[in-house]
Amino acid sequence: MVEIRGLHFTRGQRKIFDGVDIDIRRGEVTAIMGPSGTGKTTLLRLIGGQLRPDAGTIKVDGIDVHRLRRKELYQLRRRMGMLFQSGALFTDLNVFENVAFPLREHTDLPESLIRHLVLMKLEAVGLRGARELAPTELSGGMARRVALARAIALDPSMIMYDEPFTGQDPISMGVLVKLIRLLNDALGLTSILVSHDVQESAEIADRIYVLSGGQVIESGTPEELWQSDSPWVQQFLQGEADGPVPFHFPGGSYRDDLLTGKQRGGRR
Amino acid sequence: MQTSRVVEIWVGIFVALGLAALLGLAVQVSNLTEFRQGPTYELTASFRNIGNLKPRAPVTVGGVRIGRVASIELNPETWRADVVLEIDARFQGLPAETDARIMTAGLLGEQYIGLTPGAPGFGYLEDGDEIEYTQPALVLEDLIGTFMVRQIEGE
Amino acid sequence: MIAGFQFLGERVLQSLTRLGRGHLFLLQILAAIPAVLLRPRLIVAQIFSVGVLSLIIIIVSGTFVGMVLGLQGYYTLVQFGATESLGVLVALSLLRELGPVVTALLFAGRAGSALTAEIGLMKSTEQLSSMEMMAVDPIRRVIGPRFLASFFALPLLAMIFSFLGVMGGYVIGVNMLGIDDGAFWSQTQAAVSFYDDVLNGLIKAIVFGFVAAWIAVFEGYDATPTSEGISRATTRTVVNTSLAVLGLDFILTALMFG
Repeated sequence: MVEIRGLHFTRGQRKIFDGVDIDIRRGEVTAIMGPSGTGKTTLLRLIGGQLRPDAGTIKVDGIDVHRLRRKELYQLRRRMGMLFQSGALFTDLNVFENVAFPLREHTDLPESLIRHLVLMKLEAVGLRGARELAPTELSGGMARRVALARAIALDPSMIMYDEPFTGQDPISMGVLVKLIRLLNDALGLTSILVSHDVQESAEIADRIYVLSGGQVIESGTPEELWQSDSPWVQQFLQGEADGPVPFHFPGGSYRDDLLTGKQRGGRR
Repeated sequence: MQTSRVVEIWVGIFVALGLAALLGLAVQVSNLTEFRQGPTYELTASFRNIGNLKPRAPVTVGGVRIGRVASIELNPETWRADVVLEIDARFQGLPAETDARIMTAGLLGEQYIGLTPGAPGFGYLEDGDEIEYTQPALVLEDLIGTFMVRQIEGE
Repeated sequence: MIAGFQFLGERVLQSLTRLGRGHLFLLQILAAIPAVLLRPRLIVAQIFSVGVLSLIIIIVSGTFVGMVLGLQGYYTLVQFGATESLGVLVALSLLRELGPVVTALLFAGRAGSALTAEIGLMKSTEQLSSMEMMAVDPIRRVIGPRFLASFFALPLLAMIFSFLGVMGGYVIGVNMLGIDDGAFWSQTQAAVSFYDDVLNGLIKAIVFGFVAAWIAVFEGYDATPTSEGISRATTRTVVNTSLAVLGLDFILTALMFG
């Protein structure tokens, strides 16, 4: 479904991706994992065509995303749903209108049909009763579920989740985990999941890619990953504080810093 | 849907207010109505000195406004200023003996043309006619100059 | 020394980049306008929030500015025995200068800053991004209607401001200070030209509307998506709009009445 080859991307001085190859198979839930700051969100934006890679190709359904003209790109995006970390609900619209938004923008369906569709999507995420609420009245977990309903409003064939579990209480987390898997199977979607929550991702993903330092350092099914002999992967999966990824941000010797007694790092 | 109806009504009120203000400015504050005022006919008058007279200055008879100055041009043959007056067509039949003088509203005010109708019986002024009797504007500097000369001579 | 030059060069380069981005952004907006015009309801909703909600401040300020002009003008004119010209003074100052300029400044503070903050917030909460991912162009859906609404609302507000100002001057001059009612209006009408004064004032307001709308949406769209970035963008909207309006006012005045 999605084929990434030799992806290079830099932001400012920093290399975010340095030759990344990823294959995402149709109908599967693929998790892309890695510590914060490895550009997981950037990857989703690259797939969605919001950013351009410096080198390499990204093909969605065999179409090179970055060769498309604007109009074609917008056509392609209708087949992609994306769930942002914050939910990104439109604050000036209520829950119902938020879910109806893509339908109103892209279709000329009569009001009664839009109502049916919206209620159906809201029912799927269990929030039909909350349709009159404003986004500010929702809890974080509910907002994400509404955003999920909105993302599937146009029946996309692929959906991308940006850190769906971050900052959720265990119950919302459980609900989201269940929903992602359920929707994937019931609607025949392809799901890409970006996360650093090991347990939850391993629970629902068919395949996991682990990113670090701009490269894929391990990939495979969750079981294969647990077997991995890479110390880095083990540190990440076990959540150990120190290891191949040092606890300390690179810097001079602590002793030197203490003894010089001058403000070196910060600018006043 | 209810709220959007209120919004629409308010926007309607807003636009209506804005247009009404523009209309008010056009009709009440500016001279737009004057432009639209019925038909006019033209007279010319030639002055030796027009002082500060400007196009669109009022033309009055006995203090009542009957028209305006349409244009002012220097005639290169006579070296006098030829002034074209637009007179409201309702005020027909000014006597031919009418004289035109440039007056000042107040000491420092705007200048305008005052017409004084002369004795009847010598025909009437019609479209395109020239007012023959004219008096130039009073130029303050000239007045003061004359006054000073007299003072000196009087000593 | 060298650091100073570096800093200076950096700043110049930064401003130039922003200037370029701003103009490219304007082109994008202008290109999107035909599509925006097909959705008049979106524009109406925005006219409500930038126009109708600014009405109160415009009505109050317009009336008071006119009344102050009436008082001050009277005290000056009475020394020359030309109090009948009060209407001329009030009307001309409002129509030519104060109406468009003060309206634009108030607009920048009331509506422009709110627009910037709103768009900046939509950006920082990824609403614009998510719109893009839903294959909805935020320039058409969010920026365009706001731009057009501001562009449309400011001239209307300026007209309301000028008219109420003249009325305020009238109330002070005629009802309070005893200037003759007929003289007030006839002098005003004789001196104020519809084309030279009213229409030129309207043109000024249209130009200011364009600039104020452009700056407000650009600053919002270009804001750094943090709360500090948004607050700085809001400030920039007010400052830049005020500077641009005053500068343009000088140029326009020189062109129109020079």
